[in-house]
Amino acid sequence: MTVASDDRVRLTEAEKSARRKRSIAIAIVLVALVAIFYVVSIVKMAP
Amino acid sequence: MTLLDTTTPTTTGGTISLAEPRDFITLLKPRVMSLVVLTAVAGLVVSPGALHPTLAVISILAIAVGAGAAGALNMWYDADIDAVMTRTAKRPVPMGRVSPEAALSFGLILSILSVMLLGLASNWFAAAFLAFTIFFYAVIYTMGLKRSTPQNIVIGGAAGAFPPMIGWAAVTGDASVNSFILFLIIFLWTPPHFWALALFKLRDYGDAGVPMLPNVAGERSTKLQIFAYSVVLAPVAVLPWILGFAGVAYGAVATVLGLNFVRHAWAVLNMADGDERMIPAKKLFGFSILYLFGLFAMLIVDAAVAPLLGLGA
Repeated sequence: MTVASDDRVRLTEAEKSARRKRSIAIAIVLVALVAIFYVVSIVKMAP
Repeated sequence: MTLLDTTTPTTTGGTISLAEPRDFITLLKPRVMSLVVLTAVAGLVVSPGALHPTLAVISILAIAVGAGAAGALNMWYDADIDAVMTRTAKRPVPMGRVSPEAALSFGLILSILSVMLLGLASNWFAAAFLAFTIFFYAVIYTMGLKRSTPQNIVIGGAAGAFPPMIGWAAVTGDASVNSFILFLIIFLWTPPHFWALALFKLRDYGDAGVPMLPNVAGERSTKLQIFAYSVVLAPVAVLPWILGFAGVAYGAVATVLGLNFVRHAWAVLNMADGDERMIPAKKLFGFSILYLFGLFAMLIVDAAVAPLLGLGA
C-alpha cells in the first residue's frame, strides 16, 4: 500500500484483488441467501 | 487470547485486509464440517418421519454452516495457541490473513443466520439445539474446558456429538433415546480419537499450554483410557442394529469396524513407553476417522438404499 500526496489511500494490486474477491463472494452469498429464503417460503406455503 | 496485528496499517488509522474468500472458508474447518454433514444426514434419514427433501437439504446446510460458525469462533479465540502448534500455525488468524475481529464477526453472523435458517426450514427445537451446540463448542469448550482440564476432550466432545441429534430433531421436533445412541457413538469416539493424536503431538500441546491428557496424566494412563473408551465404544456402535433402527448390514459393518478399533487401541496400549515414532497411535488416529465415516455412511446406506433393495431393517 502507498499513500498519495493528498492522503488518500491507494491500494496495492494484491489488496485490490483480495477486496474484489471478497466483494464477489459476499454478493454470491447474499444472492444464495435470498434464493434459499425464497425457496423455504414457497415450500412451507405449499399445501 | 492474544490479538494479532494482521493487516496493513494506513496513515489514516484504518487497515487494509488481504483476506480472501478461501481464508474465510478455512475458518469454517471444512473437514470437520464434512463429518458434521455426514452425521447430521444420518440422524435425519434414520429418524422416524419425513421432511420435505428441499427442506431437508436446507436444514443440513444450516447445521453445516452452524458447525462452521463454531469453528470460526474457535479459531478467533484460540489464535494464540494455534500460532504455537505446528498442526494449526498456518490457520488464517495466526498467519495474519484474517484479523481476529473479522473472524469473530464472521462466526457470530453465521451463527445467527444458521440458527434462523434451521428454525425456518425445519422447527425451532432443532434450531435451539443448534444454537446450544455452537454455544457449547465456542464458549464452554473453547473458552472454558480446553485450557483448564485434561478432560477437555471428553466433555467438549459432546459438541461434536450433537449433529446427528440435531438432524433427527429437524424431522421429529424432539430428542429420543435412539437419537441419543447416535450422540453416544460420537461422544465415546472422541476421546480415543483425540488422545491418539495428543500422544504423537504431545510436545505441541505442551508448548501451547493445553492440558491434554498425555501431558497431565502421562502416556501410560492415556493409553489405558484410550483402550477403555474403545472397549465401550465398539458395542455401543452396534446398538442401532440391536435396537432396531438400523439393519443387519449396519450391524455387521459396526461389529467388524468395532473389533478393528479395539485391535488398534490394544496396539496403542502395548506401545512401549517413550516410543518416539508412535506408529500404533498414528494408525489408531487414522483408523478412527475411517471408523466414524464408515459407521455413519453405513447408517445412511442402510436407511436410504437398503430398503429399496429389500435389504433394510
